[in-house]
Amino acid sequence: MSLLEVNNLDVRFALRRGDVQALRDVCFSLDRGERLGIVGESGAGKSVAAFSLLNLIARPGYIAGGSIRFDGQELIGMRDRALRRIRGHRISLIFQDPMMTLNPVLTIGEQMVECLKAHRRISTRDARAISLRRLEQVQIPSPSARLDQYPHELSGGMRQRVIIAIALLLDPDIIIADEPTTALDVTIQAEIMALLLELCEEHNVGLVLITHDLGVVSQVTQRMLVMYAGRVIEQGPTREIINDPQHPYTQGLINALPQMATPGSRLNQIPGSMPSLDNLPSGCAFHPRCGFVTRADGSTRQACVDRVPGFVTSGNCQAACHMVAEMIEHERLPAEEQV
Amino acid sequence: MSSTTTSAAPETAGPLLSLRGLEKRFSLSGDFLEQLKFKGGKLVREQQYVHAINGVDLDIQRGEALCVVGESGCGKSTVARTVMGLITPSGGEIHYDGERIDDRTTKALMPYRRRMQMIFQNPYASLNPRMTIQQTLEEPIRLHHPEWSPQRVKDQVAEVMASVGIAPDWGARYGHEFSGGQRQRIAIARALAVDPEFIVADEPISALDVSIQAQVLNLLMEAQRERHLTYLFITHDLAVVEHFGTRVAVMYLGRVCEVAPTATLFATPRHPYTQALMSAIPRLEDERPQHLRLAGEVPTPVDLPSGCVFHGRCPHADARCRSEVPALIATDEGGRVACHGVEEGRIG
Amino acid sequence: MTIPTSPLERSPTTSRRERLRDSYLLYSFLRDPIAQLSLLVFIVLVAAAVLAPWLAPMNPYDLAQIDILASELPPLWIDGSDPAYLMGTDAQGRDLLSTILYGARVSLIIGFGAVAMQAALGVCFGLLAGYLGGRVDAFLMRLADIQLSFSTLMVAIVVGALFKAIFGGATYSAYAVPLLVLIIGLAEWPQYARTVRASVLAEKGKEYVDAARVMGLSSRRIMFRHILPNTLSPIFVISTVQVANAIISEAALSFLGLGMPETQPSLGSLIKSGFDYIQSGSWWITLIPGLVLVVLVLVINLLGDWLRDVLNPRLYKG
Repeated sequence: MSLLEVNNLDVRFALRRGDVQALRDVCFSLDRGERLGIVGESGAGKSVAAFSLLNLIARPGYIAGGSIRFDGQELIGMRDRALRRIRGHRISLIFQDPMMTLNPVLTIGEQMVECLKAHRRISTRDARAISLRRLEQVQIPSPSARLDQYPHELSGGMRQRVIIAIALLLDPDIIIADEPTTALDVTIQAEIMALLLELCEEHNVGLVLITHDLGVVSQVTQRMLVMYAGRVIEQGPTREIINDPQHPYTQGLINALPQMATPGSRLNQIPGSMPSLDNLPSGCAFHPRCGFVTRADGSTRQACVDRVPGFVTSGNCQAACHMVAEMIEHERLPAEEQV
Repeated sequence: MSSTTTSAAPETAGPLLSLRGLEKRFSLSGDFLEQLKFKGGKLVREQQYVHAINGVDLDIQRGEALCVVGESGCGKSTVARTVMGLITPSGGEIHYDGERIDDRTTKALMPYRRRMQMIFQNPYASLNPRMTIQQTLEEPIRLHHPEWSPQRVKDQVAEVMASVGIAPDWGARYGHEFSGGQRQRIAIARALAVDPEFIVADEPISALDVSIQAQVLNLLMEAQRERHLTYLFITHDLAVVEHFGTRVAVMYLGRVCEVAPTATLFATPRHPYTQALMSAIPRLEDERPQHLRLAGEVPTPVDLPSGCVFHGRCPHADARCRSEVPALIATDEGGRVACHGVEEGRIG
Repeated sequence: MTIPTSPLERSPTTSRRERLRDSYLLYSFLRDPIAQLSLLVFIVLVAAAVLAPWLAPMNPYDLAQIDILASELPPLWIDGSDPAYLMGTDAQGRDLLSTILYGARVSLIIGFGAVAMQAALGVCFGLLAGYLGGRVDAFLMRLADIQLSFSTLMVAIVVGALFKAIFGGATYSAYAVPLLVLIIGLAEWPQYARTVRASVLAEKGKEYVDAARVMGLSSRRIMFRHILPNTLSPIFVISTVQVANAIISEAALSFLGLGMPETQPSLGSLIKSGFDYIQSGSWWITLIPGLVLVVLVLVINLLGDWLRDVLNPRLYKG
């Protein structure tokens, strides 16, 4: 059994127009020490997915259904006290903005010690020693001096290192990182990502990395989910999806990258933009932007407009697409007829 | 496409825009009273500056897309805003089409305002929320062509909206009714409305989603082809530069450290900083990239390092780098690089 | 965690009425019974005041209609009242209901007039200070500081006393309303200037202002056409508070004898005129206009609170 199993997660936001479904039928799992990337554009629901893992959805959002099992325990409906023991302790979070986690009026050392003492019976001296060791691990220059500094005295890159040190403080099983490097510069970003990867491997920590950057996902994660309009539309091993994406949206995302086109030529753009969650198109939410709704022979794939596609398995990947399902069907049928 | 630019061949051969020793520093010390400090029993006036750009020389040729790249705080946006006259430079000169423009009054700048336009980073802030799209697009046309009839203004707006892929009958809507990508198209339409020849684009796609970025980049390239535009394109994204730029200027701490044709720069980056920057691009192909790690982080532009601004993080720095500011020198590949190590042949 | 509300798929409705129907303003108003009640009371009071010449049983300004023998009559529900005077009469024998209606009219005229004056001054100064910055900003804001350090009372005493000394009491009575508008308007413009300046500073940093500058628009056009419309929300909010404040200021000044003369009473001078008779048991002359004043100010403030909550960009991003 996996360390973390999410099944049919359904998250809604109660707005004045009525409920808006932010996540529909989201299923995924994470093994111990595995690194999973969740990719999507803004509004796809990737951050909502991550926050709902720890029931951190702010009102008016709420979890309307599904199950999240962590290490055999059901997290949905768990009492706040019990959830707090898991949150920060066994599952820790890294936000895009380090100042969301750091308290500006406490020194780095005070915050780390406080965090340790909240979860363990430990002396201040020992807590400081552990904190120092963690700061060394995240390769902060002169770590002992940093313990007595305030967050605003550190640069952006250094703050994000401190956040990683805090995330690792209690030897968690899983780190959820929500766009951890988006606010940083390219060179710093590369360093932080490399550090995160190194530490996760070293400590056998699972990582859920939420990002819009396909390059980062391909370098750091082993498996990935692609989300569109609140649903997972493709999942599988990262390398396979990057090299041979099945879903037309994933294909579009990858092909739209400037590095996929010869310099100066036209980029392969996906027409239109992501629909708003309170007004999704019928059938497959991607169909108004999809080039495969019309078959090669000119006929329309009516299913795309009528029915929400289920997952079909192709190799090690799963994609929710009628076109892929049809192609697999076509490949299998002649084979069966021959038998 | 009825562009007022009649033919592509200009008579003058010089660069369209050239920056000479451009400098800009911002005072950190507030107003006069706040600058007064007691030191050694005496009242002295003390001022601290952020050196956003110091000594930038750049030429932009007609028809090219010059990309300026660098990390946050390197001064690339300040260059863009200074060129557009949004910021008055503290030193140096800006020449447009052979004429000096940085010392002109607002009125004397007017003829240039039509020829140069700007596209901003944040499409959510660059459209006035209280104006309809039609009003937003008509305003620059009315200003620069007061003699045009209302019908002609309307036609021009319709044409420019169509050219960026926004249905002209959406003009009665307000900016907030559009998605980010559509807003950026409208912002581009506003820049194109007065048929400019030169466009400064300050991170025009970095606030957009991946699939929308491609749409906007395509639009910008299309506009360049059809309207013979010249771009000054500010970005931090090297992948975009490789695709879009004719030439690239790499900036670090307010200085240009390397300028080269795009293909040359990506094939043979010479400056150690350019090399580090290139190796940091997350690519799809390689699983475990070996990027060059730089020591430390970008210093603050308040107290600039002596000598080469990059020496503190450069693995090749020596005594000369710490004391002497390197000048841009031509390389064999056709670029220019400001590095003592390259000049001396220490760095390949 | 933002839910994108791309309006792409919404039908292209653009008429003003449809915009209002879809708007958050109307939605929250329909959800807020306090705001609805406040607006209702406010409209009733304003209508009554505006229509006073037609509604009031008698004209308190007309000496011929005043019967001095009918002074200090109690309201209808108390023994010894006269059915002709619903709310009784004051010490001079004026019908209290009529006097209150006329008085509310004077109070409202001064309140709105003073706020219009404050807004005109404050918005111009705030725009200039915020947009031009530098010395203009420093000068105007110091001026505002100085103005604020004089209380409304001091301004009123100085201006009122000067006016009375130069032109005499009779002229003063004739020009009391515009004079009070001027005094309260002058005394409180810095509130507007500060609010406007703060939001101009916020708007000035936005890219649409840069876009307007790049276009080559004049500073005046940028200030009034681009920045001002975007600072209207806070202006609306403080306007409600300021109207309430101006009405109270006027009442306070009148109570102290620095405001409206008793021959053309406002709510404040009515309260004052009755105050001397409280000891003799004629409490209604003070209490009833006092209650009207409190209700008027309260509903304006409640409306202001509601408006502030609705327009607060931190509570509602629109």
